[in-house]
Parts: sequence; structure tokens; C-alpha cells
Amino acid sequence: MAELAITPELVDEHGITQSEYDRILAILGRTPTFSELGVFSVMWSEHCSYKSSRSHLAKFPTEAPWVIQGPGENAGIIDIGDGLACCFKMESHNHPSFIEPYQGAATGVGGILRDVFTMGARPVANLDSLRFGPLTDPLHRHLVRGVVAGIAGYGNCMGIPTVAGELWCGPSYQGNILVNVMTAGIVRHDRIFKGEAAGVGNPVMYVGAKTGRDGIHGATMASEEFTGDENQKRPTVQVGDPFTEKRLLEACLELMKTDWIVGIQDMGAAGLTSSGCEMASRSGTGVELDLDRVPQRETGMTAYEMLLSESQERMVLVARKGFEDQIRDLFHRWDLEAVVVGKVVADGMFRVRHHGEVVVEIPADAIAEEAPKYDRPFEVPVPDARLDLTAVPVPKDLGAVLLTLLASPNICHKGWVHRQYDHMVRTDTVVLPGSDAAVVRVKENGKALALTTDCNPRWCRLDPRLGAMHAVAEAARNVACSGARPLAITDCLNFGNPENPRMMGQFVAAVEGMAAACAALETPVVSGNVSLYNETHGKGVDPTPTVGMVGLLERVEDHLSQGFRQAGDGIYLVGEDRGDAGGEIGGSEYLSLVHGQEVGPIPVLDLAAEHRLHRLLERAAAERLIASAHDCSDGGLAVALAEAVLTANVAGLGAQVVLAGEGRADCLLFGESATRVVVSVAQEQAVGWEAMVGAADLSWQRLGEVTGDGRLHLRTAGADLDLSVKEMSAAWFGALAALLDR
Amino acid sequence: MHFGVVVFPGSNCDHDCYHVARHVLGGEASYLWHKETDLPALDCVIIPGGFSYGDYLRAGAIARVSPIMWAIARFAAAGGLVIGICNGFQVLLEAGLLPGAMRRNDSLRFVCQPQRLRVDNVDTPFTGGYRKGQVVDIPIAHAEGNYYADPDTIAELEADHRIVFRYCDGDGRASDAANPNGSVANIAGICNREGNVLGMMPHPERAAEALLGSTDGLALFESIAGAVAGR
Repeated sequence: MAELAITPELVDEHGITQSEYDRILAILGRTPTFSELGVFSVMWSEHCSYKSSRSHLAKFPTEAPWVIQGPGENAGIIDIGDGLACCFKMESHNHPSFIEPYQGAATGVGGILRDVFTMGARPVANLDSLRFGPLTDPLHRHLVRGVVAGIAGYGNCMGIPTVAGELWCGPSYQGNILVNVMTAGIVRHDRIFKGEAAGVGNPVMYVGAKTGRDGIHGATMASEEFTGDENQKRPTVQVGDPFTEKRLLEACLELMKTDWIVGIQDMGAAGLTSSGCEMASRSGTGVELDLDRVPQRETGMTAYEMLLSESQERMVLVARKGFEDQIRDLFHRWDLEAVVVGKVVADGMFRVRHHGEVVVEIPADAIAEEAPKYDRPFEVPVPDARLDLTAVPVPKDLGAVLLTLLASPNICHKGWVHRQYDHMVRTDTVVLPGSDAAVVRVKENGKALALTTDCNPRWCRLDPRLGAMHAVAEAARNVACSGARPLAITDCLNFGNPENPRMMGQFVAAVEGMAAACAALETPVVSGNVSLYNETHGKGVDPTPTVGMVGLLERVEDHLSQGFRQAGDGIYLVGEDRGDAGGEIGGSEYLSLVHGQEVGPIPVLDLAAEHRLHRLLERAAAERLIASAHDCSDGGLAVALAEAVLTANVAGLGAQVVLAGEGRADCLLFGESATRVVVSVAQEQAVGWEAMVGAADLSWQRLGEVTGDGRLHLRTAGADLDLSVKEMSAAWFGALAALLDR
Repeated sequence: MHFGVVVFPGSNCDHDCYHVARHVLGGEASYLWHKETDLPALDCVIIPGGFSYGDYLRAGAIARVSPIMWAIARFAAAGGLVIGICNGFQVLLEAGLLPGAMRRNDSLRFVCQPQRLRVDNVDTPFTGGYRKGQVVDIPIAHAEGNYYADPDTIAELEADHRIVFRYCDGDGRASDAANPNGSVANIAGICNREGNVLGMMPHPERAAEALLGSTDGLALFESIAGAVAGR
């Protein structure tokens, strides 16, 4: 069967540059076939090859005594003791979700789940970090509803709780939404599986759903800007079936209890192509495939289509020769396809046959190792420092400002979202969505994982390097507020067009900032994802390096959450306000929402103090000295106190607080200085707590007390706020539904 | 005390029910694969929550023709205890072991939240450990929990006190505001005429350990154990 002739237009349509094409010619020593062009197109796309980002990602610290698997495999793995490990990763599904929000988000979840269970881990928790344009725009209300429904539809059906995440709205996402999804799973050290094609002669088997025409060029689409004709790209969005994936999950976990396979990998972006190439390249062997044997759900599929299809819920495995029948029987019991489609060969080639003819024959190593690597020119960003306090009047009614902030989409309670997620399935969610970090029990050893995602894109726009440092610091702080020790991160680096030097500069700065923070806080990067070209008509998203942090609680019973527990407990602030005005409002939600200004400088960050703060919280939790902990972030201290009252353990609690400090009341109340946590302490623990915090080399002050009067009394610098729980509840709990349920 | 936990393709809460039966209650528990045509010696069958068969066609519609359902029907007819939780309740309705049907939640959305229920019948083997009218906290998580039956059936259920759990507020009022999905008469759980088959949308296995919040669901498992011991 003749394949299409290669023309310059065809090469260009495939997103391959002239110099990349020259490289292909040099590798093959001839013109590529049409199918080979497709293979290079997806494998060398930004999404699959990381060509613009690889050289900078090398700056991340990736090692620690507790890291079992760093970047380079399907997911990262850290030791959690007792022969157990946590396997986790975050992925983006930004472009598909903008085009088709339900399926885009659903298949994002499906993909990240497979990345984790392909390593042998049973997924135990999902998280989602979502960014949209302003919710005054009906399109974005539609996108929010679709994305949340898609994540719910897939995750709930899989029986994996979605326990934490973020929802943020900003104008830079008007043309490009961000959907980042993260999964964490548990695996035994001695039962970890990798994507390796080892053992010449071993059969390569395809398991799972049939292959169709969905998602072809999904990887290429994710590596391009949008130009306004997105509806035509709808066929590039994959369609998910969580019931099939649930069966695939159970079948794979059952298979992994045996010794019948030597390697397994999920078919994600670029499907059969990427899994075949990557497995061969990792092992230094080659893989031969016969497409005639691929289970197909469409008739007349070409080799090109089968190689590039991103049909969901499929895995590739390399079996030990002789075990094919047992493997087939196991998958048939779960009503899944299981077919031998090829074998491992010795000559290092990725070779594909269709209808008896060789249609692809490429050295597997070349695809990975000779992938283009660009050192794109970049401008070093200059931190924004335009704040002029004289141009920011202090509002008269600061209580009203607090209510406005509580109702802001970036601060308000996200119950509208997480009530749609089954966050309790598996009976291990000890701290439910809505606190600083979710806490998930590990039944096998009585410990618990603490998980969160964090990033402030406004800060990253105003100062990419420092903003990215804050993302890591905040994520670690949130995990520490649950009493856990932050251990490692995964990430999703969402940026605009890397061919634009200003945006490339934001990326480089953010990577360097994250690297510095990860080193100082002892939280190496073990996995992650880069999503570039989040741009429409030349307008890119704010730099959004989303950090997914995982921490460990040695005893699940030591967990903390953010709400006050009982009247009479003392309220303390650990950490201090900075800045000449008593607080740092540069880059704050307050400055943006109330004064319409988004200027820096953003708050400073002392990583050494931050590290001490996290260790202090871990120790205090282990010794049962504190009743609750909540960090100060969006909206500053006033919002943190309000939230601690609103999420209190029992009804009717309030707080009486005096904040010492000189300066402007609005800066003290709403400034977002970092490295600060609000802690509540039972009276009988006060002495022990004050001794411990006193020895921690951190600023701290006693702010006041938890009361039983259902009101927040907050006094500082001449301002006196007095709000009822009722009015704060109406603002905080009601905001998102009011925006989305009309 | 021996519980059997049914596993359909797509069941999710099977592990959770097994965990409570074995590790919290301290009883014996076995998994029952949906293709089995006979049950081992058991005291109680649990049909757990989840998305059996992906909820294709209608929730529970395909599971109800799995081979094991015939064995469960015989077990129930002989007086064996059967409890269907969430998807399990949907399966029992589709199989005709309980009357009525499940519709989509009024909000057309999945809802997962803590939920107050009123225990209206404490004379069943499942609820003997509660007080009549007791308000308990047992969470829900479903997109199709909107129970419906025609007025004659509802009247019959009411007259025979077969409505075992109702959605209510903190004061025990079965009000509209307290109804999370629109179910008729705020019905959250019902039993059959003989009182040995219970279907309920809330998840008692999620309210059986203090670590997770509420322990109001544990009393249900303990009631079953007590009823079996007393037989």
C-alpha cells in the first residue's frame, strides 16, 4: 500500500522545521515514509520531547536518600518506610480541555492514573489545579462546569478520591485554560515496574481498549498555539471510558503480582509510537511491531493512524517468553483485549510492519537521543517594583474589604467543586478537601500522605524567579500545616510560547527559582511535565509553574487541619510581617481586587526561616502541642483568621485577635508576607508550645483567643473589625455557587 | 459473623466494606466474584457502592443479571441478610428485590458530602443498635440517588414502616432543604416486607472509624452482628 509522498508542505503541517527535517534525513539516510514523518512529528513535538525545556530542567535537584525513582520514568517514587513507596506525578491537559472541557479533563485524569499504575502502584489520591479566565465570561463558566464534571466523571468511576487542588481565575487564561492533574499511588519497593523492553525475543503485548481514530496528533496540537479555529481541532481530543480503565487497573495490578512481565508502559501522548520507542530506547534494544495485530475499533485504519492514535485505556507490555497465554487469560477475565503485537529485537530499531510491508524503521535511540534540543534565546525578567503606596488609599471599611476578599473566586470556599468529587472513597481521607493539604491514610503502615498543589501565577508574572520559589515554599508550608514532613515534588510548568524571548525568560527564571527552593527545603523534583505554547493570538498565560507537594506523617493520628477546635484555645502567629508599611501588599489579591493594581514587589522569602517553620510544625504536631495550623496566603492574615473560624471543628466558634505592629492597617491585615502560619493551642499546651516556638529561631506573637461567640474581632493599627460568622459564611461559602449556578 | 462482599466489574467500595467488616468489626469477610453461581456459608451479603459496569444503561441495570444475583435472591428468599449500599441499592432495585427506582439527582450533579439521616425503623436486623428517631451522620456520594416509587408504593412503605432512613436536618426534620437529591419523602434507605433486605444510598462503611469523622455507621454493622448472634 503506497503511503503519501513527502512534500515540504506536509513536513510543515507536521510541525517539523527545516533543520529538524534535515536531521531526520541524516538519521535515516533517506526520505522518511509518511508514517515515519508522523512518528517524528509526535516524538519531537514540544509535548513529548521537551526540546525547549530539557536543558533547563537539568537544573532541578532530583536526589535524596528517600528518592527511589527520579525524573525519566513514567512517574517519580519516594520511600515512605516499611518497604512501601509513594509513586506520583502531575500532568497537563490544557489544550484538549479548552476545546472539549469534559473529555479533555476526563482523559487528563485517565492519562495520569495510567502513568502511576504502570509503575505498579495502586492510585490512592487525585488532585487538580485548574485555571480559567474570569467567571463573568459565560464561556469560562461553561469550561469550569465541563472540566469539573469531567474530572468527577472519570475519577469517581475509577473509585479514586479527588482530595485537593486549586481553582484560580485570571484574565491571562481567557484564551488558554490550564488543567493540571496529579495522582499519587502506593507501591511496594520490590514490586516496582518500569517501561523497559528487555530480553531479545520477548513478546510485546498490547492490552486494554481497542484503537480508534481519536486523538490523532493530540501531542502536536498540545505543542501549538491556538489561532481561533479550535472547533476544527475537536477530533484531536481523546474520549475516555473510566469503566474500561478501572478494569485495566485491576487487571494490571493483578498481573503485577506475578513474574510474567519484564516491562510495562501506558500508551499516552503519541500512543503506540511513544511507548514502543521509549521502551526500546531505555533498554538499548529494539522493538518490532505488526500493526495487523492491533485490535481496531474502526475499519480501514492506516498505519499512520494506528501509530498516532491516542485512544485511551491501553498499555504496552513486554512479557517473559512463554507466559503469553496466562497473560491473555488474565486480561480476558476482565473483558479486555490482550494480543501479541510484536517482539523485542537486538538491532536497536523501532520497526513497524503493516500488511506485510515495513512502514517505519528508525533507530530507537535516535528518536530519543537525537531529538532536537533548543537553547532558546531569553530575556532575564526584571522583577516588578512599581508599587507606590501613596497611590493606594486605605479603604474606610476594612470589614467590607475582608468580605469582598472572602467572596473572590481565588479565595472563596471551593465546595462547589469538591462536592462533585467523591473525596471519601477508599475510606482513607483523614483531612478532607478545603484544608491546607489533604491527608490520606496509608492503611498498610499507619502513616499518612499529605498532598497539595500550589502556585500564585500573579506573583510569577511580577517576578518569575521569586514567584516560583514561593510556589515551592507555599506547597511545603501547606503540607507542614497538616503536621507532615514535605518530601518531594512533581510539577506542571505551564508557560506561553518558548520562541518568544520574554516568555522563555520567564520559564528559565521559574525553573531556577524552583530549583533553589527545592534544594533549600529538601524537596527534590521526582517527576513532572512541561506545557508550552499556552497562548492565543500571541497572548500567553501568566507563568504558572504548578507545584505538587507530597509529605509524610509518621503517625496518621498526628494530623492537623486548618480550622479552630475549641473556645479558649490561644491563637498564635508564627512568622512576621515584612515591609515598611507593616505588611507587603505588592502582588496581593487585595491590591488587585480592591484597587485594580497588579504591581510588585511581591513578598520576600527567607528559605532558611521557611525550612525551620516546617520542621517546627512537624515537631509540634508529633508532640500534640497544637490544635490547628493554617498558613497565610491569598488575602493575608485577615483571611487566614476568617477561614480558621469558618472551618472550625464545631459551630459557634469565633476569634478575638489583636495584631501588634506598626504601619497601615490594610497592609497588616491583607498583606501576603510569606513564611507565616496561624496556630491554635489548647490552654494546657501553651507552656510547652511557647517553649518550643521560642527555641525555633522564628518570630512569633500571641494574637488572642478562640471564642464561642461566633464573631471575628480583629484589631490592628487603629482598625477594628467585627464580623459575624453568618456574614462571613454568606460571602465565603456562597460565592462560587452564585457565580456558576446561574 | 461472616460477611460476603460482592465484586462486580467497576465496584469500588468493596475494599472499604471488607475493611470495616474484617478490621474494624473484627468479623470474617470474603469477596464474592460476580460470576459465582453459589454462595459460601454466610451471615450477610453486602452489595457495595461503585460504578458496576460503568453505570452503563442505568446504574445497576447490568449487574442485576450477573450470575451471583440469582444466588443472592435465593439467599434472601431463605431469610439471609442482604444490604445494598449506594450502587448496591441501585442493583437491588433493578433486581426487584426492593420496590422503586433511582433517578438522577435533582441538581444533575454528583454530590459527596456529610449527611444527616433520621433512623425511622429500629426493628430491622440492620438498625437494632440505633434509637428510634435518632439523627446520625453518614456520608453520601452519588449522582443517581433520587429515589422514586409511585404513590401507592410509597403509601405501602410508609404504612409498613419500611422507610428505614430519611435525609434530615440537625433537628431531625425531613425537610426539603435537608434533601440532597430530591428523593420522594426524603427516602435514603428502605427494606423489604420481611425486613431482611436493606437498600441505602449513604455509605455506613465511611462512618465507622473516629479517624475519618463519624462512627454512626459502625452501629449498623454491629446491629447486623448482634442480630446474627441472636439467631
